[in-house]
Amino acid sequence: MKNFLVGAIVALATFGSIHSVQAASHESVSIVGSSTVYPFATVVAERFGRSTDFKTPTIESTGTGGGLKLFCSGLGANTPDITNASRRIKMSEYDDCQTSGVTDIVEVLVGYDGIAIANSTQSAELEISLYDIYLALAKDVPGADGKLIANPNITWEDVNPVLPPVKIEVLGPPPTSGTRDAFVELAMAGGAKAVPDLKELSAMSADQVDEIKAMMVKLGVPLGVYNALAERKGKAPKGKDIFTTLAYAIREDGAFIEAGENDNLIVQKLQANPDAVGIFGFSFLDENRDKVQGASVDGIVPTFDTIAGNEYPVSRPLYFYIKGAHVGKISGIQEYAIEFTSLKAMGEDGYLTERGLIPLSGEELKQIQNDVKNLNRLELE
Amino acid sequence: MNNMNKESNYKTTAAIQASLKKRHAAERRFQWYGRSAVLTGFIFLCILMVDIVGKGSPAFTQHFIKVDVIFDRETLGIHASATPADIAQADYSAAIKSSLRTMFPDVSTRVGKKSLYRLISVGAQYSLRDMVVENPALIGTTREIWLLAHSEAGSYLKNQVSKDSPESERKIKDIQIKWLETLREEGRTESRFNRSFFTSGDSREPEMAGIKAALYGSFYTLLVTFLLAFPIGVMAAVYLEEFAPRNRLTDLIEININNLAAVPSIVFGLLGLAVFINFFELPRSAPLVGGIVLALITLPTIIITSRAAIGAVSPSIYQAAMGVGASKLQTVVHHVLPVAMPGILTGSIIGMAQALGETAPLLMIGMVAFIMDVPSGVTDPATVLPVQIFLWADSPERGFTEKTSAAIMVLMGFLIIMNALAVFLRKRFELK
Repeated sequence: MKNFLVGAIVALATFGSIHSVQAASHESVSIVGSSTVYPFATVVAERFGRSTDFKTPTIESTGTGGGLKLFCSGLGANTPDITNASRRIKMSEYDDCQTSGVTDIVEVLVGYDGIAIANSTQSAELEISLYDIYLALAKDVPGADGKLIANPNITWEDVNPVLPPVKIEVLGPPPTSGTRDAFVELAMAGGAKAVPDLKELSAMSADQVDEIKAMMVKLGVPLGVYNALAERKGKAPKGKDIFTTLAYAIREDGAFIEAGENDNLIVQKLQANPDAVGIFGFSFLDENRDKVQGASVDGIVPTFDTIAGNEYPVSRPLYFYIKGAHVGKISGIQEYAIEFTSLKAMGEDGYLTERGLIPLSGEELKQIQNDVKNLNRLELE
Repeated sequence: MNNMNKESNYKTTAAIQASLKKRHAAERRFQWYGRSAVLTGFIFLCILMVDIVGKGSPAFTQHFIKVDVIFDRETLGIHASATPADIAQADYSAAIKSSLRTMFPDVSTRVGKKSLYRLISVGAQYSLRDMVVENPALIGTTREIWLLAHSEAGSYLKNQVSKDSPESERKIKDIQIKWLETLREEGRTESRFNRSFFTSGDSREPEMAGIKAALYGSFYTLLVTFLLAFPIGVMAAVYLEEFAPRNRLTDLIEININNLAAVPSIVFGLLGLAVFINFFELPRSAPLVGGIVLALITLPTIIITSRAAIGAVSPSIYQAAMGVGASKLQTVVHHVLPVAMPGILTGSIIGMAQALGETAPLLMIGMVAFIMDVPSGVTDPATVLPVQIFLWADSPERGFTEKTSAAIMVLMGFLIIMNALAVFLRKRFELK
């Protein structure tokens, strides 16, 4: 029994000393952010850790939104040094950063990723257009009289008679995911612009209040939407704002299933259900060619070349953001960024390119390398 | 009077005998229900184990390819006056590539060369580097060296890929299969026990990935958990059971402890993020914070089981101790706690086993992360075994499937050891 008491006292003492030793700053670079950039960032981190004397950066996959939230929460040892993003930082996030003291941000564009719309290899290959995607997945679509109605489409055939008479069942990422943000921006909004009224609406400036309202009436959208947006923004919304509210809304009646951030899970579910369609990053399609196949969108099949050549319509840029104030305080931040943007990694034959990252053009890469070298500060207006 | 009594006795006996058969049958039926319940559970367990062991066991072997490595000064880029630092920085992948080209001279196209290089793991260059740094005399020589195969080549050599499937449906190409077959015939391939699975940290190359970092992370996290939860839990249990007055306040505390045991673990993770990381500014991703959070989760388990163990100590022990004049403290510390210790330890170990398997609370405090370096203390970034399993399950590379199952096997092994230890301690000390 005495042993036990002694043990307990030693334990408490040890714990106390651990507490006081606790360092003021972390030693390795701490990275958070997008699950799409994660597979690339980890490969760089591993090579960086093995070939230099720096500690291997730690990388968390929190999703783009979650990563930027942590990144912009302030300066100091318990905040991350770099965040990965599968879309550009939003103005609101940039403002958050500024107010919490994270003023010195370096933006690094690392390459492109296509968003694949895929189904199981057991079923027929899909050929769809952005408009089909919009009609299949939007919450409200134009009805016979041009007014927006709750999406009535049940099968793909309802959307477009050339598509198979199969129930619409789409597995996609949740709203916290950068993949989702990019998908709604590129595919949904792209498809919605095929509706002339919506396209006209998206082009209206904030001054055209009456035109916007007239168009909303024509589309059968309650004017409350306008007022709610005006209140949230604190100023008169543009036609584009109303448009994105309408076009980015994905149906919630069960046809679109949020499958979490785990892209492997979506691949597995597609295999189990040949009728389902999944939305995920191109690198997962590339790794699982034997299980799933990418649908051609507007006649373009997602391949390495069509994404690099900017032909495939649903592709997006990938970024990471460096906290300038931490460079020099935590060793290895800039060196990691230099390794990431080196020709060895991001060039035509680079090891990231081999992993499915779509590389930048030579000129873009030079510009980015220069930004990293000089830690050029990002200014958003 | 007597007669009547006898008559009713007979009647009762007859009634009992008539119902006896029915009651026996009911009992037999009940036993069968029980057996089938046990059997169903057992079948599910077997399916799970067969699936995991079947998928995971290939991960414990690894294929190596014997390559005549030419340590050419020029290819490596090592000058005559090179320092050890220069040697460490030399281009070993170029040496591997040129050696492979020498072995297969008829490969000339760019695509062909690329697939040739893909036979060997990216990690091979680091092991060559370590060899040369240790023994610089190798420079300028040609040696036969067993290099680690790439996971795709390894998967073919393990017969996991069928040669007959269409080429577009597999990662390994026909030309690579031809080379591998040639190598196999020449005796240049070998399957070995995968030691690096236990001696290296995480990696993005499936063939190099190991669980050492996660094991150390789990160890440090559980150490913190144990150092916190065990003393606090036992102290709380002793006080509540032996010294605390029975009133509304202690009732309230008791209800809350029972409640805490049922709170979902993610809630504790949120608490850890808000309190320990944001307020106390403890480092993210550290076993220190993970351990504190897990200690909060295991505390109720330890308190509840310890109280039960202390409460079960026979009153005669109290009376005997009090009878010879021991104070209450002496009674508890010298007599009650030693008797209750097996029960307390059992509860603690089960609580720790529960903590070993937790991932959800660690997500919030940054322990779900790619961490390659083995942590050397409780403030170093670390991850734990179940998180490693989760991360591998989420990786796009196919080679991680078997690693995932293998890591599950290791985790289950530890859980079995811990639970067996709990049983052993109970049996051992109860006999005394």
